[in-house]
Amino acid sequence: MTPRDEFLLILGMTAVTFGVRYFTLAALSRASLPEPLFRALRYVPPAVLAAIIAPAVLIDASGLNLSHTNAPLFASLVAIVVSWRTRNLLFTIVLGMLALWTWKAMFGV
Amino acid sequence: MTTQPPAHPTRRAEFWAGARAIIPLELGAIPFGIAFGAVAIAPAGKLSPLAAGAMSAFVFAGSSQFIAAGLVTSGAGLLVIILTTFVVNMRHALYSATLAPHMKHLPRRWLLPLGFWLTDESFVVSAHRYHQRDDAPHKHWFVFGASLFMYLNWQVCTWIGILAGSQIEDAGRWGLDYAMSVTFLGIVVPMVTTRPVALAVAVAGVTAVLAHSLPYNMGLMLAALLGVAAGVLAERRWPPSPPAPLPQMGEGSQSQESDDAA
Repeated sequence: MTPRDEFLLILGMTAVTFGVRYFTLAALSRASLPEPLFRALRYVPPAVLAAIIAPAVLIDASGLNLSHTNAPLFASLVAIVVSWRTRNLLFTIVLGMLALWTWKAMFGV
Repeated sequence: MTTQPPAHPTRRAEFWAGARAIIPLELGAIPFGIAFGAVAIAPAGKLSPLAAGAMSAFVFAGSSQFIAAGLVTSGAGLLVIILTTFVVNMRHALYSATLAPHMKHLPRRWLLPLGFWLTDESFVVSAHRYHQRDDAPHKHWFVFGASLFMYLNWQVCTWIGILAGSQIEDAGRWGLDYAMSVTFLGIVVPMVTTRPVALAVAVAGVTAVLAHSLPYNMGLMLAALLGVAAGVLAERRWPPSPPAPLPQMGEGSQSQESDDAA
């Protein structure tokens, strides 16, 4: 990327991110959001996070990979169980990363 | 056991309580921040070290930064990356909408920095603080302390990643790029407490995989849209439920507390 493109990229990303964060906060500290809209908004974080995670974990350079060569898939199964049982973010991250490294070491992938 | 803070903690006490509460989440963000810095500038990456650092300083939204770095590497256009950033960060509108009623009394000089600094992590601890039923007048100082230290941590980790990235041949080999996925798994799994949320997650995840090869990163946007639609429609069949509880952040005593309350 040229320095000019990098500047425009960061400017644009900053504008949309700050826009969502600040203007929602400023507008809604004066008026409240209509209930149906607020209800719909509640599904945005889980839907967006799932849409980020699923391809990152399931798709690698070779495409959809459900075999043992996909270490992140195995680590994610561990992380899901840990998160489900403990609801503790730190345990989930630590055990998920340990599972990833263990799997990589065991299968050399 | 968690000791409840006194009825009216001072500004300073709130600030440091916020700084302490965010520590477990900062630990989670460390590999994530290092991974971003490394991936963004590593041989395969296309951002200059200064641009990667500036992105952390000004955008300050890990998931979108990570995805943007990937899109830059794959040669996507500026508008595609910015639009994707918007979709990925739309979830902050919920966080802002949730915190806004508690911040009605704050002047703009407070709302500007607290809005700029809002992240998944600072939202989780801030919402937890506001839900404590004391009428302490300085809870925004708690948010300030948590946000400030989350921000500083992110800057330091990004630069560690940038400096290490020039040494690491392939960040993927160490699984550093997986740090983002596992962090988000730990945030999203505790959100799945009702059938509509479970459906929203399933629809979004499956759509994102099936549609990942669509141009302009439209798979991600389509997945988010269909996921939200699925959740809203599912509420008709499985009617409104209490708000999803927030993930607990590393202190066993906190999860104990919420288990008791549930």
